[in-house]
Amino acid sequence: MLVACTVIALVTLGYLLVHSAHFDVLQPAGTVAKSEKSLLIFAFSIMMLVVIPVFIMLAVFGWKYRAGNDKKVDYSPEWHEHKLLEAIWWGIPIIIILILATTTWITAHTLDPYRRLDSKAAPVNVQVIALQWKWLFIYPDLGVASVNELPVPVNTPIHFTISADAPMSAFWIPALGTQIYAMNGMSSQLNLIADHVGAFPGYNTNINGEGYAKMKFNVYSKIDKDFSSWVESARKSPNMMDEQMLQKISQPSTMDGTSYMLMDNNLYNKVIMKYMKGTASDKDNSTTSMQHDMLNMEGM
Amino acid sequence: MDWQWLIGRMNLSYLPHEPITMGAAVGMPLTLVAIAAALTYFKKWGYLWREWITTVDAKRIGIMYGSVALIMLARGVFDALMIRSQTAVGGPGGSQLFNTDTYQQVFTSHGVIMIFFVAMGLMFALFNIAVPLMIGTRDIAFPFLNAVSFWLFFAGMILVNGSLIFGGFSIGGWLGYPPLTELQYSPGPGVDYWIWSLQVAGIGSLLSGINFFVTILKNRAPGMTFMRMPIFVWSVLVTTVLMMIAFPILTGSLALLSLDRLMGMHFFTSMGGGNPMMYVNLIWAWGHPEVYILVMPAFGIYSEIVATFSRKKLFGYKTMVIALIAIMFFSFIVWQHHFFTMGSGADVNAFFGIMTMIIAIPTGVKVFNWLFTMYRGRITFASPMIWFMCFAVTFTIGGVTGVLLAVPAIDFQVHNTLFLVAHFHNVIIGGVVFGYIAAITYWFPKMFGFHLHEGLGKAAAYFWQVGFLLSFMPLYALGLMGAVRRLDNYSDPSWIPFFIVSAVGVVVVGIGIACQLLQIAYSIWKRKELHATSDPWDGRTLEWSVPSPAPFYNYAIIPEVSRVDEWWYQKQEGVKAPKDSDYKDIVLPKNTSFGFVIGMTAFVGSGALIWHIWWLVVVSFIAIVVMIIMRTMDDFTEYTIPAAEVMRMDKEARA
Amino acid sequence: MSESAEMIAKRDKVQLGFWLYLMTDCMLFTSLFATYMILRNSTNGGPGGSELFSMGFVLVETLILLTSSYVCGLANLAIHNGRKKEFVVYLGATIALGIAFLTMELTEFGKLIGEGHTPQTSAFLSAFFTLVGTHGLHIAIGLIWASVLIWALYRQGRQEDILRKFSLFAVFWHFLDVVWIFIFTIVYAMGVK
Repeated sequence: MLVACTVIALVTLGYLLVHSAHFDVLQPAGTVAKSEKSLLIFAFSIMMLVVIPVFIMLAVFGWKYRAGNDKKVDYSPEWHEHKLLEAIWWGIPIIIILILATTTWITAHTLDPYRRLDSKAAPVNVQVIALQWKWLFIYPDLGVASVNELPVPVNTPIHFTISADAPMSAFWIPALGTQIYAMNGMSSQLNLIADHVGAFPGYNTNINGEGYAKMKFNVYSKIDKDFSSWVESARKSPNMMDEQMLQKISQPSTMDGTSYMLMDNNLYNKVIMKYMKGTASDKDNSTTSMQHDMLNMEGM
Repeated sequence: MDWQWLIGRMNLSYLPHEPITMGAAVGMPLTLVAIAAALTYFKKWGYLWREWITTVDAKRIGIMYGSVALIMLARGVFDALMIRSQTAVGGPGGSQLFNTDTYQQVFTSHGVIMIFFVAMGLMFALFNIAVPLMIGTRDIAFPFLNAVSFWLFFAGMILVNGSLIFGGFSIGGWLGYPPLTELQYSPGPGVDYWIWSLQVAGIGSLLSGINFFVTILKNRAPGMTFMRMPIFVWSVLVTTVLMMIAFPILTGSLALLSLDRLMGMHFFTSMGGGNPMMYVNLIWAWGHPEVYILVMPAFGIYSEIVATFSRKKLFGYKTMVIALIAIMFFSFIVWQHHFFTMGSGADVNAFFGIMTMIIAIPTGVKVFNWLFTMYRGRITFASPMIWFMCFAVTFTIGGVTGVLLAVPAIDFQVHNTLFLVAHFHNVIIGGVVFGYIAAITYWFPKMFGFHLHEGLGKAAAYFWQVGFLLSFMPLYALGLMGAVRRLDNYSDPSWIPFFIVSAVGVVVVGIGIACQLLQIAYSIWKRKELHATSDPWDGRTLEWSVPSPAPFYNYAIIPEVSRVDEWWYQKQEGVKAPKDSDYKDIVLPKNTSFGFVIGMTAFVGSGALIWHIWWLVVVSFIAIVVMIIMRTMDDFTEYTIPAAEVMRMDKEARA
Repeated sequence: MSESAEMIAKRDKVQLGFWLYLMTDCMLFTSLFATYMILRNSTNGGPGGSELFSMGFVLVETLILLTSSYVCGLANLAIHNGRKKEFVVYLGATIALGIAFLTMELTEFGKLIGEGHTPQTSAFLSAFFTLVGTHGLHIAIGLIWASVLIWALYRQGRQEDILRKFSLFAVFWHFLDVVWIFIFTIVYAMGVK
């Protein structure tokens, strides 16, 4: 009785909480996030094939075989094996896992953050640098930079290259999809696209110090006209993003969103080089993906 | 003359400044003083020293582990209450109940305490209490080493709590990823407290792993082949293998980080060529087996409980053993799933994701085997069985979200969010906590001779279950709303109701714990009414054949075993009374103070490392080496009880 | 000299326990080797193994350690046949060779540090000093252990006890030899290519 009332109360509470809430991961604004959501629903549904029978059996067996009920049901204290049953509950989970494993293999590749998106539009390149405790976004081809605000053109793939001048951080825009770590001396890549106009929050998911909670940023996906006008106004901005400014904003602090005119196209590489000097890649003669990008960008 | 070298980098500025930590810094020592005063007043120091501090009896050591773990549970839940209070009021326009630095120390210590001191503590409590009795032996393989392990655990516990009073704790989360935990970003003693409390406790765990493995291999009663062992003992065996392989990796990782911090090396630093990703790999190569170390004994406990309370043989004993071994094997090759988002590439991610979801298969098989043990059984819903039912519901939900997280492309969207936090609490609380509480209820009468009050036990289960749902189901939702973990404030007002419900949930869990504390106190008070026989549950395994409380020598006569659930069948066939000639002399290990002294020296040495008091580090290290040598030179570590005395004690206990 | 059933059982357990401890030590070294291999090229702009290691020197070190293992084996034979004096001589030689090894190793470390190649210079050097140094620390502990064994022999003289304790030491000493072979191969031989 108590259990039943509790269950009803909890379910009601759950409904009340959830019905007016906004779930960025479940209400995606880009194809990457959309695919990830479908995958979540699919995997969840397939697991229910096992979970629901388990819950039913738990309730039914618990009730039916309780000590008070022993007049009405069999008691078989020595019965402890049954090949067919075992085959079923080994077999069905194995099949489910096989399906999920195949899905995993496929989607790990199709949704690999490094993978370029299929789109007719030319990608916009954004270099992301995680700092304590803010995000610096550099648009090397457009000559602008921004802190904590990330305007992007709608329906255009954005190609992010991500690094950090801070303890291990992570770059995440739930409405658009996939997060990835931002690390000193490393360059991660991410490809996302927004399929409608709007403002989407972004976060750091890996603790990197006292101001960690303040590392929120906002993505503004705009129609081409609006995006271009932002670029224009940023180019005319009195704020200059150069090495000196980078030094200044790299100090542990939080700040409001600001747009800059980009004075130095090589800031991202400089930040990486600062840390790469000691590492194995420094001695390596083979082309890493980062160096590949560097060469590509220089050629543009 | 400069005396600073005498006290390293200690100075008064390391005393706490925030009201809540100041309160703790005053409250804890005051409590200790009160306890010392009570011991003096009741003249119990001698008793404490003789019967507990110098003991090598596994049952006593188990009770000490359990007591420390339960006290740490209270602290861990209080940390949780602090966290959830802050997040409930941390929305836009909200307040900051205590500063962010404190908040970050609190969630770090919450994780460390719950995993290392509550879960591991309860686990070792149960190993010590149940394993020797279940395999029909008098003690574990290396009783002195067992005592050392406990006192190292205790030393680690003092370090974690000591950090509250002086120095502050790490702010890097329970696993302390560099470079945040390197000198560059965390120069203070907090991370050092974290390193050394884990290192010392970890060495204790490693030694216990070896100890229990040898015990199970070598100390089983005659006739108890591997396939006639209670399934709980199998789960312990498998767990000890995991411990022996995984814990050295923790030792190594922490040592390398400490070399970075103490000697300026560059394993994981940002500069100088260090590689933080190496740390992430190493620490999770330990960390993943660790969580299976915690949950597999719980699985073993559920097997014993379901069979006992359904009055039915466990379904598929062989399959259960195979499942345990499979889980053990796979738990070594899944660690990368903790950092799918670090950029390893699709092939690596996919491989580890698939290996991870494969573990769901043997785990699911276990659940079905339990269900079909219930089928056609005759089930009594005593509180251990209630805890099992709660586990079955809770852990299954956690298992589902675990499989979801195992898919890299799904993890990309929920990694490090509150969805993840909800998942691991789901499986740890449902699996580990509920299981260990069930085990305490189950074996309490064997240790103490009286029951824990049933009604309060059932109430505790109810509040824990409801409290868990209220605390963590909103977190799944929050994760999907974009809420990342470890935040103390946020700017989206729609998150507030979820955080409030979660805070209420912690309070409800707190009520559950209050019920348990009340249960213990009340049961001690009413112990005559709650008196337990030697076999209060009509059990199946050997421990129920000895009197309650179990005598210090466990078995007056070592039993002979010819099948699984030997005791159950003996009862059916008629228990034969022992002949006088069956009694033999018993050799037992003597009490020793060395375990305690080594543990406390480890504490002092660690403190010296944390505070850079180098002379004290050297002295402590030499002291430990000397004590070890002295112990190995001691030829008189055992004593004999003559057969006649054994017979007398046994007849008296059974009267 | 016969042993009681309890003594045999106890020796059995201690032996198993010790072997298990060695396996855990193996895991520890594995972590250190893995770390070394990942960090071996992170020289922070400085010289790497090929510039810093001297193969001749390391070969001598290796021969010394291998010889000490051989001599330890002779000690084992001696104690099994009850020849106490011979045992002490061979164990003493093992210790002496161990000290020689350590002295050479400390000289190598001293030289590197003197030239400015300290563990604080780069990740590669941190990993090198730690891996080789951890092995050295185990050797040092082994030397203390062997010395205590000799002292214990004169203090008690009970052969079966010393046999048991010594056999554990011998396993430990040979294990350290095996680890050194890996260090020789992975750190020095592969580093100087």
